[in-house]
Amino acid sequence: MRDVAIVAYIEGQNTSATTLSPVEMIVPVVHEVLKRANVQRSDIDFWCHGSCDYMTGQPFSFVSAVDALGAWPPIMESHVEMDGAWALYEAWVKIQTGEANTALVFGNGKSSAGDMNRALTLQLDPYVVAPLWPGFRSLEAMGARAAIDAGTVTERQMADVVSRSLRDAADNPNVLAYGYRDADELLDEPMTANPLRAHDCPAMADGVAAIIITTADRALEMCDRPAWIRGIDHRIDFQNLGLRDLSRSNSAALASFHAGVTKDKVDVAELHATYSHHEIILAQSMGIDRSTTRMMPSGGALVANPLMAAGLARFGQAARQIFKGNADRAVAHAAQGACLQQNIVAVLEGN
Amino acid sequence: MADDILRIRTPIGIDYTWSSGPGSVVYMRGLENGKLIGRRCPDCELVYFPPRNGICPRCGVLLAAEVEVGPRGTITTFCVVNVPFLGQTIKIPYVAATILLDGADIGMQHLIQECEAADVRMGMRVEPVWKDKSEWTPSLENILYYKPTGEPDADFDVYARHL
Amino acid sequence: MAAPGTPPIIATVGPDGSLMAPLRLFYPYDRTVGAVIGRFLTSLAEKKIEGTRGVDASVHVPPLEFDPATGAALTEWVAVGDTGLVLTWSWQPEPFADNTLQQPFAWALILLDGADTPMLHAVRVASVSEMSTGMRVRAVWAAEPTPSITAIMCFEPEDAHG
Repeated sequence: MRDVAIVAYIEGQNTSATTLSPVEMIVPVVHEVLKRANVQRSDIDFWCHGSCDYMTGQPFSFVSAVDALGAWPPIMESHVEMDGAWALYEAWVKIQTGEANTALVFGNGKSSAGDMNRALTLQLDPYVVAPLWPGFRSLEAMGARAAIDAGTVTERQMADVVSRSLRDAADNPNVLAYGYRDADELLDEPMTANPLRAHDCPAMADGVAAIIITTADRALEMCDRPAWIRGIDHRIDFQNLGLRDLSRSNSAALASFHAGVTKDKVDVAELHATYSHHEIILAQSMGIDRSTTRMMPSGGALVANPLMAAGLARFGQAARQIFKGNADRAVAHAAQGACLQQNIVAVLEGN
Repeated sequence: MADDILRIRTPIGIDYTWSSGPGSVVYMRGLENGKLIGRRCPDCELVYFPPRNGICPRCGVLLAAEVEVGPRGTITTFCVVNVPFLGQTIKIPYVAATILLDGADIGMQHLIQECEAADVRMGMRVEPVWKDKSEWTPSLENILYYKPTGEPDADFDVYARHL
Repeated sequence: MAAPGTPPIIATVGPDGSLMAPLRLFYPYDRTVGAVIGRFLTSLAEKKIEGTRGVDASVHVPPLEFDPATGAALTEWVAVGDTGLVLTWSWQPEPFADNTLQQPFAWALILLDGADTPMLHAVRVASVSEMSTGMRVRAVWAAEPTPSITAIMCFEPEDAHG
């Protein structure tokens, strides 16, 4: 295996409704991440992008996103119809094969272009589920109740997650949910998608995240303290919700095991928990002790959820904790699909 | 297909709000006023019409100066459409062409009318036929089609690098 | 061809001068559903609910075409009841125009009597306070059922009609 590290991370300004086109959103973030790693476009030998056509309302929208990259002379590029975290995985594999040494990975999404709660129904089974139009939030709410009924998650724990996220959001200028409230105040709020309250659901955002990864011979030129990817794995559960125990995530557990999460102490975890109960289910499934691991110092996806970028942002935020020396060992995670169906996990280390 | 295999119709309709982004506004506002406005790349100096997203895709940078182009141009390549398809609004056969507007470096696509399809050729000089001014919107649809100007054809060398 | 429900294109102007307009993306997807889902949906149009039996004898409703553990094709059909148990549920305070119910309602994973895996459907109740995990529900059939999951309009509490 080649040693590969995250050496630079930039996220665009998360907004609730940008008027920029997706390409206009991406361009400055690509420029900025190149600058951060102190490299030129020509230093990047693989580009990989994660996005979702149903968000833009345009088939093959990723093709126009290439306009943002300056693809002349032609570049080696790929795209995943997934969060940018899976684009990072593809880039990591590309580097492992020896076909590339330095890759720029980005994810972008414009949640405000439509009603994403409804649009995301289209990733469900098209024969006996999607025609009912359940909407995404309703499915996540059913997952929350399954976990509450199973006794693995309590409403109090969910409120504690939200409260801590709001507290951390105060230190992050790039969030869309503000205002610290303690768990008691949060529990006084009415339920909306019962058993979820409004604050249990993510603050949807338009945003971009970009990361540069490279090999050992160049990492230290680009970053004082690279975040070495010591393990990475992704797994998927059944799409059929009826076949799954929604109070846990088997795929997160397996990905975590194969990434080596539990081999040593985890200083920091950035989990792509878009609903408050996700964090608790994920930590349990992944073997992360929330009492000793610093959870989501960025505030996480609850306080800023730019779809298709928010998972890659967890990788970037975890890497930042290594860059700054706040952590020696961090776990980054991203999820896709309904009720934590698909999960990718990486272990990042400073040494 | 076997008769015993069921087919179901599962229509989906999704509503979006599309934004042009600021980079394309001068182009769209130009059309609203009967002008063709492209923009120049500060790095490679190519003039783009349309200045899609206000980005030079070759350099990956924001376009800069606004440049009025056309309205006349040269056909660089074209095809004759003989195939009917659902939603077709123009009588076949018709010609879809790439037109290099005077002053632009990138061809744009439009229809060629007011001449026989068989007479259309590379290098042919064309000009736009606009809708009635009262119907103008911020859209390239303001131009109904292009028609031959009757000028002598452009030399191949003039557009050879823009094919 | 304009899509059904296409809004008129009236541009608005954003704070940075961007021109914004509504867009409706519409696809009239025509799907061949295959033999297994085809039989399930055809039966629904006759107000019958059927599942397939898995290798471990579990009855799956909606039917699975292949066994989730072994991948074996599943061919044994089992009729199940149109009543069952709510395993988990959530509340939809504002219905989408596409939902079978147009007032606030619940979503539930419902374990039909005779089935071993639950199916997703809507549950009609007057208010959220009538919902609970473990409650029993009964299918409410559409007035004119077609071969579709929406042949079942929704479920409602089993004792709703005494």
